[in-house]
Amino acid sequence: MRAFTYERASAPAEAAAAVARTPGAKFIAGGTNLLDLMKLQIETPTHLVDVNGLQLDAIEPTADGGLRIGALVRNTDLAADERVRRDYGVLSRALLAGASGQLRNRATTAGNLLQRTRCPYFYDTAQPCNKRQPGSGCSALDGFSRQLGIIGVSDACIATNPSDMAVAMRALDAMVETVRPDGTTRAIPIAEFHRLPGDIPHVETTLEPGELITAVTLPPPLGGQQIYRKVRDRASYAFALVSVAAVIQQDGTGRVAVGGVAHKPWRLEAAEADLPRGPRVVTEQLLAGAKPTHDNAFKVSLVERTLGAVISEARS
Amino acid sequence: MPDPKELNVNRREVVVGTGACAVVATSPLLVRAQPAPVGTPVMTKVSFSVNGRSHTLELDTRTTLLDALREHLHLTGTKKGCDHGQCGACTVMVDGRRINSCLTLAVMHQGSAVTSIEGLGTPDNLHPMQAAFIKHDGYQCGYCTPGQICSSVAVLDEIKAGIPSHVTADLTAPVQLSEAEIRERMSGNICRCGAYSNIVEAVTEVAERQG
Repeated sequence: MRAFTYERASAPAEAAAAVARTPGAKFIAGGTNLLDLMKLQIETPTHLVDVNGLQLDAIEPTADGGLRIGALVRNTDLAADERVRRDYGVLSRALLAGASGQLRNRATTAGNLLQRTRCPYFYDTAQPCNKRQPGSGCSALDGFSRQLGIIGVSDACIATNPSDMAVAMRALDAMVETVRPDGTTRAIPIAEFHRLPGDIPHVETTLEPGELITAVTLPPPLGGQQIYRKVRDRASYAFALVSVAAVIQQDGTGRVAVGGVAHKPWRLEAAEADLPRGPRVVTEQLLAGAKPTHDNAFKVSLVERTLGAVISEARS
Repeated sequence: MPDPKELNVNRREVVVGTGACAVVATSPLLVRAQPAPVGTPVMTKVSFSVNGRSHTLELDTRTTLLDALREHLHLTGTKKGCDHGQCGACTVMVDGRRINSCLTLAVMHQGSAVTSIEGLGTPDNLHPMQAAFIKHDGYQCGYCTPGQICSSVAVLDEIKAGIPSHVTADLTAPVQLSEAEIRERMSGNICRCGAYSNIVEAVTEVAERQG
């Protein structure tokens, strides 16, 4: 690990300003992803701004009947919150499907949104990777790509976003609240928060330099059957091959977002009108233009079958 | 028969010789692949308690909580397995919650209360979970055991606190203890020897005794 200086921030805007004015600075909250990457020298911050003291750890009702989740709410606490379990079951389920008990106790809401890909070539510092070293090339295109993306991919990168939580938040249409280094705030729809790789896959979100996530807000409860189904190589503690977050109403309408297939949670609102017609017609639209590799072509039918299982579960 | 001592000496020489060759052959590659850390180490003071005792340490900011416990406080019961949060051997409780001590910096724990395996019980006064692991033979080599035990103790607290898991059938009902719940909640602790079924028996017995 490279040496770094360290400070504890006491106010959100001050933290944002500290990161913006210090070249090579990064925020640290749970640290479960960042420290792993620092040990491998994939991340090499020269300065860490510890945001754990910012008191952004409350879950509060919003004026419109939704919920505001502080950036520092730990994954365990969010999954266990009574209101989330009752009104946003898909979010609770997604969180509980991710990582291990130890990691969920540390990992934060904002950090979960910002976790880096688990592409094996991003982790292998001996191989080219446009995300780790811009312009060096993509080893995954002709490499081992079973876990990797099938849609929204580019010639520069086929990595996937590894988050379960973000897939549920995409289905719920969450908003990401931030503060910028100049103290101004904004709210970014989750649909616009994560980027597709294009030719700059190292830029993963639409956050500006130094911009700090302060909260994620959920709209008023949607009701319906809320399901998160994750397909993975082990029964527990593994990243998704494919996952589906769904809110299905009694009449069969609803919304679905898919994880494990793209650089961001994958959702196509236009396809959702066909949910009552079954998984095939929805998947055909959702994955239109998919460019799977030889290794991960199975994901196309796996999405359809996982969606089918979710629709059946909602009906039963 | 050759003298066993002589054999040992010879073997050591061979090992040393091979090692030296390997270093010469690969060092230019190693230098390129892993550049030396840049910048001067930064030292910071941090105070936290471990098993009820307060400690103030002056540490390189890079020091993980795991390394602070093992290398600075010489509490070597907590083990370093993968050092990347994948195996759970380093599990300790911080402010009552289990975490991977390898994936957190010591300096981030100013004022924290840490409980390691040494704080749960002693050889003369075992924690019930330690006694149950012995009774049910919940280990083979023992390397993952401190992490398994710290995690198990916290798992039972989490179930009591009503925290649901991936296998909890009804999110709005109280959590029911079951083998499936224990197995799911312990999935962040890997046992290379495969003592899982005995670990589940040990945890189940303690859970049932606690009621």
